[in-house]
Parts: sequence; structure tokens; C-alpha cells
Amino acid sequence: MGVEGIGARVVRKEDKRFITGKGRFVDDIKLTGMTHAYFIRSPHAHAKVKKIDSSAALKMPGVVAVLTGQQLVDDKVGNLICGWAITSKDGSPMKMGAWPAMAPETVRFVGQAIAVVIADSKNLARDAAEAVVVDYEELPAVADMHAAIKPGAPQLHPEAPGNQVYDWVIGDEGAVNAAFSKAANVVKLDVTNNRLAPNAMEPRAAIADYDTAEEHFTLYTTSQNPHVARLVLSAFYNIAPEHKLRVIAPDVGGGFGSKIFIYPEEMVALWASKKVGRPVKWTGDRTEAFLTDAHGRDHITHAEMAFDANNKIIGLKVKTYANFGAYMSLFSSSVPTYLYATLLSGQYNIPAIHAEVIGVYTNTTPVDAYRGAGRPEASYLIERLMETAARQLNVDPAQLRRTNFITQFPHQTPVIMAYDTGDFNASLDAAMKAIDYAGFPARKAKAKADGKLRGIGVSCYIEACGIAPSKAVGSLGAGVGLWESAEVRVNPVGTIEILTGSHSHGQGHETTFCQLVAERLGVPISQVSIVHGDTDKVQFGMGTYGSRSAAVGLTAILKAMEKMESKAKKIAAHALEASEADIVIENGEFKVTGTDKAIALPMVALAAYTAHNLPDGMEPGLKESAFYDPTNFTFPAGAYICELEVDPGTGKTSFVNFVAADDFGRLINPMIVEGQVHGGLVQGIGQALLEHAIYDANGQPVTASFMDYAMPRADDVPSFNLSHTTTLCPGNPLGIKGCGEAGAIGASAAVINAITDAIGKNNLEMPATPDRVWRTIHAA
Amino acid sequence: MYQTTYHRASSVDEAVSLFAKGSESKFLAGGQTLLPVMKQRLAGPSDVIDLGRIKELQGVELSGDTLTIKAATTYYDIMTNADVKKAIPAIAYLTSVLGDPAVRYRGTIGGSIANNDPAADFPAALLALGATVKTNKRSIAADDFFQGLFTTALEDGEIITAVSFPVPAKAGYEKMRHPASRFALTGVFVAQTKSGEVRVAATGASQTGVMRVGAIEAALKANWSPSAIDSVSISANGLLADIHGTAEYRANLIKVMAQRAVAAAR
Repeated sequence: MGVEGIGARVVRKEDKRFITGKGRFVDDIKLTGMTHAYFIRSPHAHAKVKKIDSSAALKMPGVVAVLTGQQLVDDKVGNLICGWAITSKDGSPMKMGAWPAMAPETVRFVGQAIAVVIADSKNLARDAAEAVVVDYEELPAVADMHAAIKPGAPQLHPEAPGNQVYDWVIGDEGAVNAAFSKAANVVKLDVTNNRLAPNAMEPRAAIADYDTAEEHFTLYTTSQNPHVARLVLSAFYNIAPEHKLRVIAPDVGGGFGSKIFIYPEEMVALWASKKVGRPVKWTGDRTEAFLTDAHGRDHITHAEMAFDANNKIIGLKVKTYANFGAYMSLFSSSVPTYLYATLLSGQYNIPAIHAEVIGVYTNTTPVDAYRGAGRPEASYLIERLMETAARQLNVDPAQLRRTNFITQFPHQTPVIMAYDTGDFNASLDAAMKAIDYAGFPARKAKAKADGKLRGIGVSCYIEACGIAPSKAVGSLGAGVGLWESAEVRVNPVGTIEILTGSHSHGQGHETTFCQLVAERLGVPISQVSIVHGDTDKVQFGMGTYGSRSAAVGLTAILKAMEKMESKAKKIAAHALEASEADIVIENGEFKVTGTDKAIALPMVALAAYTAHNLPDGMEPGLKESAFYDPTNFTFPAGAYICELEVDPGTGKTSFVNFVAADDFGRLINPMIVEGQVHGGLVQGIGQALLEHAIYDANGQPVTASFMDYAMPRADDVPSFNLSHTTTLCPGNPLGIKGCGEAGAIGASAAVINAITDAIGKNNLEMPATPDRVWRTIHAA
Repeated sequence: MYQTTYHRASSVDEAVSLFAKGSESKFLAGGQTLLPVMKQRLAGPSDVIDLGRIKELQGVELSGDTLTIKAATTYYDIMTNADVKKAIPAIAYLTSVLGDPAVRYRGTIGGSIANNDPAADFPAALLALGATVKTNKRSIAADDFFQGLFTTALEDGEIITAVSFPVPAKAGYEKMRHPASRFALTGVFVAQTKSGEVRVAATGASQTGVMRVGAIEAALKANWSPSAIDSVSISANGLLADIHGTAEYRANLIKVMAQRAVAAAR
């Protein structure tokens, strides 16, 4: 490792612009003649749109147009799609209710757009929107999942009788039943995984610019995956063909999954830009973010785990209801199925697993992937079950886990996943040592003397990242391949541009990706730049989510680097009159090994572009590209232990210590990895203690602002104690597993396990608000 | 935000006359409530009259047993004021846990009590300390000033100029913060006057806004100690209930916060 190579704690290159206010986000972009869009949104959770009268609005100053859902239909703009086909246990395809970008007829959640005002300024558009008179006929609404599947419940979509999207199963039910029939002990648990609002710092935004002469669209948008946006917008929505649509995702202020999806607003902006002949900008506000950004989680699960007399798990059965909201968002169908149930084996050797997942429509905001996406729900369930089992079986929770850890790899679980490597005991050892697990009983006793209830909670998570082998996900219903692409351009003077299909919206790719180049070529990272987020510049890409950018995106860069280096070595060998096999790359030079003969990278690059003296038959230039398709998922795993105190008078939780021992494989930049873990842990703690997107019985959102929706603040969380135990991922040449989601996946179970340990009652739902904890303590 | 006309008044008299000229005028103090509400288009005053730069509304005075805080003094200036810290440290503490630094630099005591948010901190201090609200027209006892949710004795166009607090023998404030808004989920201010009277006020708890808590006052009058409150029973009837706190929980918090406020009182 050089000072800027792999493993170095290099300060982030991108931070200078972010911390000096020089970032360039969508809303910073202003185009000549730009108009502003303001969406008219349904105040009702379920209603017929009887009439939209925009006559008064159209006469108001600065108003360019008022466009409605019916006009989208008239222009044959396609409905939003869901890109992962799930098949129910009866063999039928999932039931898709039509989701038009603006509703021409029926609205199914508060905040659904029905029309848009285009005006010279945002304020004028908003003024005019208030003058648009909409006549609604309210329909009965249902927000609660269990209410939605009851007979006689209000029905959302004619395509989905009983509001059921699918009833999907995985695993061997017969084997599970056989295991339960011979179980020495059975542990049962009901858990709710609370609905979350993603709340990226930057709200979603879009600017669409239609060039009438070229019949070409440019879309600036807050996307984690601009190429996928272009693909979906052109292939399904009938707005623009791919070669006439450029999608740019400039600096993006956080995504957490919510900016993977293609939303109505960017579709409408594109379409409206052509209709009005001017650029159209839409910038969402925080209320719109709460109402329309895809929410996360929202599961209700009953699970039973069977143990033999030696406390070995012999079977697991799970039944989960997953709330999808009013419509199926882009990747929503995969989250509670292939991203959730395939991880139900956790870190444990479980010979038989069966899970049933029932997807439900409700009159709420659509739900899709949110940091972790299915894996936090699985990890939370398994780790709550393990803690419950330890209490019921009266064994130490850490020991119960050790008794059941998978220790031989590769390990084929009964739910598709084949774990490639790991050392779960090592992570747990590290976490227990860091928190002084053995000393806990004494600390608990001392806290008790001070009137505080102290608890400790373990969570041993595993996740599947590096999404994903294209062939495998294709066989499971995915509509896209999940490889990544990259290009390496060595310029004639030796500076290097890396073009990547990954997209950085906080991850620090502009630093970490340069570190790979520094490692391989021995050049400073200042000589390297990263190009991403523009479909006109980068050949293709699947974007950033699922902790995939290092394991998949960086490996694609490595593949392109290897090709470039191979050609550069040929040029160097030719110039140095040496054998190609004797050329090594060190400190930015191509050297003949064992001699002092060398040629610097800029001279090799210049030779490639002058082409005055290249090996016979070689093409000029020094630029290579590669696609990389992983052979397996990667499996980051780790052990989190949380120690906390509960104030019995108020139910308030205070952290004493939080230790995280993660196995992410090779780390490119440990400082950035720590930042990712910190952020993930805070989101996991936020889910456990604070965050909950709530609707009333009529589908009205109760938590549509930060006055009601509790986001974690710095003083809500402890200072974290992090460490790493490493097994290299055998599936990619860099040995990387991924670190973006781990904290959010593992933290919430550790917190709830610790609180329930503290208060001596096992049943406690998230978020464990002081009120809820206090009531649980004092419940009869 | 709807269009509005902004005026910066340089005196109370000018503010009064500007207010009268507008068709639907609003006074602006620190803007911590009015401005967010205007940005959300939930309020659309024709004229906004800024009181924040009026010199006669700024500052703190300690005279004998009376601490006077002028209406447009910011929380930060109250929190850091030597006279406040010396005379009524519980007010300095209350201000230090009010909102966040941005709020404390802008928000004012006058703005807080004029708005009378049922979860605001200052109304509890005024009520428990038996403060007097001074306006450009009259003096109003705190007991008469707060009249329910977002409702006060202020008449249209009346301006709070100062709040005067009798310096107590002891006073303390504790609150449970609302997890999202950081207002008081429930906060309790306890005070013992120099003549031995006990006054206790709870904010964030009642459906009718800040309130005295007679049962706790009686218990503390008999015995000024946290344990005196152990046997007090607080009814959940009439208390606020929302996603962050049931009425029963708030009833419990009134007791627990009162006990902690007594323990912290000085």
C-alpha cells in the first residue's frame, strides 16, 4: 500500500467542494428559459378525480401550462413499471395495479400527483396550483395491512383482488414441518418492522430540457443510477428513445435507495418540457419527500424456530406480510422476497427453512428498497429470535449463537444463498472483547444501585451484497442484469480518467476509485479523476445500491485497468527494447525488471497517441473498457453489541457503549468505511428508537414533517467503537465484500435486544420510544 | 411564501402604527414559528412588522428582587446573561435546553409567550414564577395571560415589551424532549417564592396549554423534596396524547419531571 493506495486513510477529494458550498446539485443548475413545475397532489388517500378546472389558473401571471393525467394518457405515456417479476405459490404472476405518472381517474395515496402547473417561477406555479379546482369523490381508504386483507376491505386495484400483490413462498415446507415435529423446543415471535421515510438530505429534483431541433432530451436528476433511468424512461414510458435522451445525475445529496427508482416527477418533467418547448425544473420540498419518496421496511412477521435438545436450530418457519403501499415501485417486489427471505438463515446452520411472504396494497406511499432493503428485516427477525430463544432456553445469547454458527465454507443455505466465506466466531470474539462482555453483570448491578436498568444486546448479521450475478438474478425474475462497466482513459500527457457506471451520492468514489489506480500505477490520486453520472460520457452502468460499487464497480475498473496496463506494457517494452514479460509498473514508471531502464507513464501515453513508434499492428491510443459480472453475491457479516441504560421513570434509553466488529473483506479506505458504518448504525438506531412513518386509519400521513417524524440527531447516538475482522471475498479479485448497508442491517436488533434485556420483558416493538418502553416496563 | 410587505420598526410606537396600517398585519419577533408557517403558506400576512431591532425591547435588568427580561431578548442572550444566571438560574437552564443553537440565536422570550405553543418552555417558567407580562398598554399577570392553545390575553396590535419575574427562593425546570420536534413532550417548572409559596407549572402536557399542577404544589408546600411527590396522583384526563406520548405517559412525566426539577432547584 502506498500513501494513497488501497488501505490508506486518504482524505476525500470531493469534500473540498462539498464543505465549501461548491457542489453542483440539480437545483443549482439554471437553464436559459427555464420554467418551474409545481405538482397538484391528492389530499385524499383514495378518491375519484371527477373534474380538474384549471381555467382560472391558466389566466394567472407567468403560467405556461396546466397539464393533467388525462393528457399523459392521450400522449400514450406509459405507466410506471416494476422491474422484478415475482410469481405466487399458485404459479400466478404478481398483480400489478396500473400506476400512471399523474392520476387521470383514481388517486390511491395522499400526495399522488394529478396535475402539474408549469410557470415562470416556482412561486407563480404554486400560486396557480392553488387556483386549480379539483373535484374529488372520496372513496373508503385502508392504510393498515391487516385491515387491507380482510374481506370487505376497500379495494385499491381491480387487478389485485383482496389487495394482494402476491403470495410467495421459498424453502421446503415438508422438511420444516418434519423438523418441528421432532423439536425439543420451539420459540415463537411476532415482530413488526416499522415503516421508515428515507429522508436523504437533498430532496429529489429534476430538470428536463427538450431540444426541438434535435428532438433530443436532457434530464438532470437526483439518481443513483442514471443509465437505468434512461433505460426505463426510453424502453417503457414512450417519452424518448435511448439515443435521444441524456440523463445526468450530478452531485446527489444522499439516496439510501430512495433515488434508485424512476418517479412520476421526472417522467412528467421530460414530457412537459417537450409540450411547453422550454426547460422544466422541479425541486421537491421536504413535505413532498415524505409523501412521495419510496418508504422502506413495513413488515409484520410471525416466526417460529425449532431447536433440538442440544440447542441446535433444526427448523425455521416464517410468515411475513409486506406493505407495498398503493403501487409497486421499481424494485419493490424483490425486497421482501429475494432480498429478505434468502437471508433468513442468518449466520446459522439451519437445515430447513420455509417462508411465505404476502404482499399487500394499502392507501399509502409506495414502499421500496431503503438502505439494506430486505436484509435489515431478515437480520432483525433472526436476531430477535435468537435473543428470545436464549431467554426461553436460559442460555447465554452469545453462546447460543456460537452453538449454531456456520463454520465451514462454502455453505449452501436452504434459501438459495451460498455463503462463500466468513468467520463469525472471530467477529463475535472481537465485539465481546471490545465491550467487555464478561464484565457486564457487574456493570448491570452497579447501574441498578443507581436506579437505572442496564441491558446488553447482541446482533450477528449477515447480508448479501455485491448485487449481483446477472444470470442468477435473471432466473429469479429481475428485469435487468446487475453487472457494472468501466473505462480507463490515459490521456496523452499521462493523466488518467476513470469512467464508471457506479454513481457516488455520498460514498466517496472520487477518492476510493482513484486509490485503486494509485495502488496499481504508483501515481498520485491528484493525477486521476473519476467521471460518473452522465449517460453521454459513461458507456453504461447499473448504478450504486446494494453495497455494490466497490465489489462490482471497482472490479470493473480493475478489469479495464488490466487491459490498459497490458497494452501500456507492450508500448513500454517496444520503447525500451525489452521483453513485455520483463516490464513492471512502479511509482508511475514502466521498468525493465532487474535493470535501471525505465520509461515514465506520460511518455508511454504520449507514444500511444503520437503513434510514431508503436509495435507493428497496434492501434493508437491508450483507453480500455470492461464489463464485470460477479459470479456470486458477497457476504459481509459482523457482530454488533450494544450496552445501554433505560431510565425507569421516563423510559428513555441512553447508550453506554456500542461496538461493531465487521468483516467487509478488503478495505480500500478505512476512514470512508468507518463513515459508512457510522451512518448505517445511526439509521439502524433511528429505526430502533425514533423513526416511524405513520398513517391514520383513513390513510392520512401523521408524520410528514420533521416536527413529527423523529430523525436521529448526533446526541441520540453514542460514539461508536468499530473494528474489523477480515476474510477476503473469494468471488472478486480485490477480495471486497461491501460496507454501505451493514450498520443499518445489524444495529436495530442489537438495540432492541439490549432494551428488552434491560427491562426484563421480551416483547417490544420498534421504534422503542420512551413512551412505549415506559408502558412496557409498567405493563401488568 | 405568499407575497408580504416587510417593515422594520425602530420603536414600539412605530410598530403599533405600522401594524394598524396593514390589512392583515403580523408582528415578527425571532421568527421561529411565523416564518416556517409562512413558508408553508399556512399564514399569509399582508404586512410583517419586525420588532427584533427595537432597542427598547432588548436586554435584561435585575433590580432588587425583580428580574426583567425585555421582550425581544434572544434565548441565547438570556442564557448567557450574568444577572439571569445569578437571580434565576432555572431560567438560564431552561433557555439552554430550548430548541437548538440556531433557534436560541433567533428566538425571543416575547415571541415564545405571545405564540403560547402548548409545548413551549417559557410559558411554564412565567406561570410557575408568577411573572408579570408588560405590554405597551398594561401589565398582565401570568395567571391571566395564558388562555389556552396559542391563545393569550393580548389584544390585536398589543406588543409585549418585557416580562418581569420575582426572584424566587428556589426554582428548577426539567423536561422530556419531544423526540422529533425537541419541544417539551412534557416540562415542569417548580418554584418556591421567598414568602414560601409553591407554584408548579407543566407545559406540553395539557390539551389546554400550560397549566398549574395543584396537587404537586400542595405536596411541595408541605415538604419541598422530590419524595413528597411520590404519593401524588396525576390524572391523564385532559392531557395531550399523540404518537410520541400517551396521556398516561404525560401524566407520569408531570410527576417525574417535577421530582427532578425539585432535585435540581436552587
